[in-house]
Amino acid sequence: MERIIFYILSAIIIGFAIASVTSRKILRAVVYLLFVLIGVAGFYFLVGYNYLAAIQLTIYAGGIIVLFILSVLLIHQIDNQMDVASLARRAVVGIACLLGSGVTLSVIWSHSFPKPAAGSQATEVASIGKGMLSYGEGGYILPFEVITVLLLAVIIGAIIVSKGIRLSLKNY
Amino acid sequence: MDFTYTILIPLIPLIVFLILGIYSLKIKEKAAGIIGVSGLSVSTILSLYTAYQYFFHVGKVDGVYQPFVEKTVWMNFTDTLAIDMGVLIDPISVMMLVVVSTISLMVHLYSRGYMHGDTGFTRFFAYLSLFSFSMYGLVLATNLFQIYIFWELVGVSSFLLIGYYYTKPSAVAASKKAFIVTRFADFGFLIGILMMGFYTGTFDFLTLNDTAALQDMNSPIMQNAGITFMGFSVITTALVLIFAGGAGKSAMFPFHIWLPDAMEGPTPVSALIHAATMVVAGVYLVARLFPMFYFVDDGAALQVVAYVGAFSSLLAAVIALTQHDIKRILAFSTMSQIGYLMMALGVSGYGGDEGLGFTASMFHLFTHAMFKALLFLCAGSVIHAVHSNLLQDMGGLRKYLPITHITFLIAALAIAGIPPFAGFFSKDEILVAAFQNNPLLFWVEWIVAGLTAFYMFRLYFGIFWGKDRVYEHAPHESPLSMTLPLMFLALMSATVGFIPFSQFVSPDFVAYSTHLHWDVAAMSVGIGAIGILLAWVMYKKETTIPATISSAFGFFYKWTFNKFYFDELYLFITRQIIFKRIAQPFAWFDRNVVDGTMNLIGNSTVAISSKIKGTQSGKVQDYAFTFVSGIVVLVMVFVYFMN
Amino acid sequence: MPAGVSLYEILTVSTLLFFIGVYGFVTRTNLISILLSIELILNAAAINFVAVNKYLYPDMLQGVYFSVFIIAVAAAETALAISIIINLYRLVTSVEVKETETMKY
Repeated sequence: MERIIFYILSAIIIGFAIASVTSRKILRAVVYLLFVLIGVAGFYFLVGYNYLAAIQLTIYAGGIIVLFILSVLLIHQIDNQMDVASLARRAVVGIACLLGSGVTLSVIWSHSFPKPAAGSQATEVASIGKGMLSYGEGGYILPFEVITVLLLAVIIGAIIVSKGIRLSLKNY
Repeated sequence: MDFTYTILIPLIPLIVFLILGIYSLKIKEKAAGIIGVSGLSVSTILSLYTAYQYFFHVGKVDGVYQPFVEKTVWMNFTDTLAIDMGVLIDPISVMMLVVVSTISLMVHLYSRGYMHGDTGFTRFFAYLSLFSFSMYGLVLATNLFQIYIFWELVGVSSFLLIGYYYTKPSAVAASKKAFIVTRFADFGFLIGILMMGFYTGTFDFLTLNDTAALQDMNSPIMQNAGITFMGFSVITTALVLIFAGGAGKSAMFPFHIWLPDAMEGPTPVSALIHAATMVVAGVYLVARLFPMFYFVDDGAALQVVAYVGAFSSLLAAVIALTQHDIKRILAFSTMSQIGYLMMALGVSGYGGDEGLGFTASMFHLFTHAMFKALLFLCAGSVIHAVHSNLLQDMGGLRKYLPITHITFLIAALAIAGIPPFAGFFSKDEILVAAFQNNPLLFWVEWIVAGLTAFYMFRLYFGIFWGKDRVYEHAPHESPLSMTLPLMFLALMSATVGFIPFSQFVSPDFVAYSTHLHWDVAAMSVGIGAIGILLAWVMYKKETTIPATISSAFGFFYKWTFNKFYFDELYLFITRQIIFKRIAQPFAWFDRNVVDGTMNLIGNSTVAISSKIKGTQSGKVQDYAFTFVSGIVVLVMVFVYFMN
Repeated sequence: MPAGVSLYEILTVSTLLFFIGVYGFVTRTNLISILLSIELILNAAAINFVAVNKYLYPDMLQGVYFSVFIIAVAAAETALAISIIINLYRLVTSVEVKETETMKY
């Protein structure tokens, strides 16, 4: 049962990913990405990490996609067909990517992973919170704080970069 | 007696040169003349004082003249090889000091009148002082390297003075020719010096001339003399090469081609450098190393000196018979007389009476300086009056230039060897030395004496007698500044013959006495008189005899007039053979192969980089693609090809 | 863990997603499309972390934490990239990649 769900999810992910990179209309590419993200969230649900799936949907599908759509609307070029790279370029890159994925897959498939222990317990949000913010072994408190600093920097940077010339001049 | 003050003798003209040279635009004619003359007068007084002290007071110890040396180490290469600088006072260097000082002072005085009004007056006096400094340094040198340094300095001064009229192309060409020919000979000189230094272990004159060491085959300087090269000892080869340098400076065959052209310089320069002082530097060099020349290999090198000298004197005398330019006649005469000097050294023995050749050579150097300088200065006076160098433009000048006439006559009689003038005594002693040692060379020089008398009096009659020409503007006698030196030198030419030279100069520094050999004297005066008589008959009045004889000799006359085509031969060798066959291929190689390689490296770098620069395309996507591909390739390498 | 689904299959999916993202990054001519491809790449990495965490280390949650961080960083980076693109659009009135190739030889 779960296999079938997994295969459907992977078909969605791969299919819409290919569609996103090859589409010639920008808004359609963004929407295809949305479907890919929903597929990935579904995958997280499948393996039982509900909290992560929720975050994925909220931030990625809810925040980032909205950001993309707003920027696309600002560009005023929704209806234009995007240019496609030359055939030679696409061919070379396609072959390289196929080669790369072939190498990676062969490495993965030739490695013998240990058999997973049976039994899955659903994880609770409380244990995720406790674990992430613990000081002891396996705690991720430092990266957590660093992320906060990063977000602060990004906020300030985004404001400065997007202020633009007109707004800068207005202040003087 | 401390002779260290003699270092001032060259230094004062050096200082004068620096002053006149650096401020040559600011110092005017009158001041330059005074500075130059006074500087040289001080040097002259010091030289005469040195001569007086050395010859009459302190020089002689037990009848043998002692050399005095003051020297200091100048450059230290290794503990066995060092170059010294210093002064060497011995009979011939003191004698040369007197000669150089006298002639230089006379030329300085003369130039004040001759070069009057010339814009480069100060420059001329600066060069004259530079030359005096160089010549003094050469004469006082203590070792081979020091003499070489001053040798080159004298060559530079000659170059500057011959090319004094630097706007005249012929003067520039002549100065280059002089410098290049003497430089070429100096190449042999340098090799000779280096060989000498290597095989004997020293450059110092006193060490090299140690007669006891020279005769002992085991002494430090002779221990390598056993090494032979083509049958002669290496030291003989070195001596012959050193003589080659001397032959270049003294215009001996085959390096004589520069001397006639050097007459392009102003006449005082010809008098100073190319008659009396620089051209005798070669003779001085051989005299300096005379013990080596005499003792090594039983005087093999000395034979070379004698024959080269005799041949040069004959060649020059023959060429001088037909020349038209009065300065060129005098130049060939100089070459001929220096041939006499070389030959006299060549036939000389060593001890006591045997050393007559050496003494006679030095004596004739002394007297020749006097009358040859006088001849040149008179020629300058004539040229100054007539504004032309050529015999055909002159004639009957005895009425217009009385002082020049009388002094020229005295000098001509001196060079022809007529008693009681100075030339007779010195030339007689040379002929006696030749007669005693090498009869062939005696007869050659006897003939040359006759030729000398003939062409000298051809010159005399041609200028002062001959056709009574009418001149556009009447020639006038030279001013006192020019005639005073003429009179002084004429006095010298008349009287110095009576100096008992052998009491002062001899190869082993022992004073001895000479006497007159009446047989040889009669022969030399006889042939001189015949020469004068011939010239009297042919040239005193304008006759057609010269023209008849020259057309009778036809072919021979043409060859003599063109100086036996040596200039053309040398030019042919340099242009066709050296430049075209040897130098040009090297130049081609340098330009195409050596430069080509460098250019190839440079151009290929540029070509490669212009192909590579496409990778910096500015496209971020391409950069990222390169990253990913690189990672994939690395993974493949590590997984599949490395275990 | 989901029964019947082995780790290999999940890793296959993430690998393919990654290389599709790389293909899109190198091939696309629009700046926004390049950003979309970057999102694909980041998601593939997150799936990888989660899958390995679930199958090989079921007791621990580090993979989850890391995926959270990946999502946070991706969001921040996208925001900043969009603002840069908007700024660039103001200058050259285009979001084509060929307008941005000035830093070259």
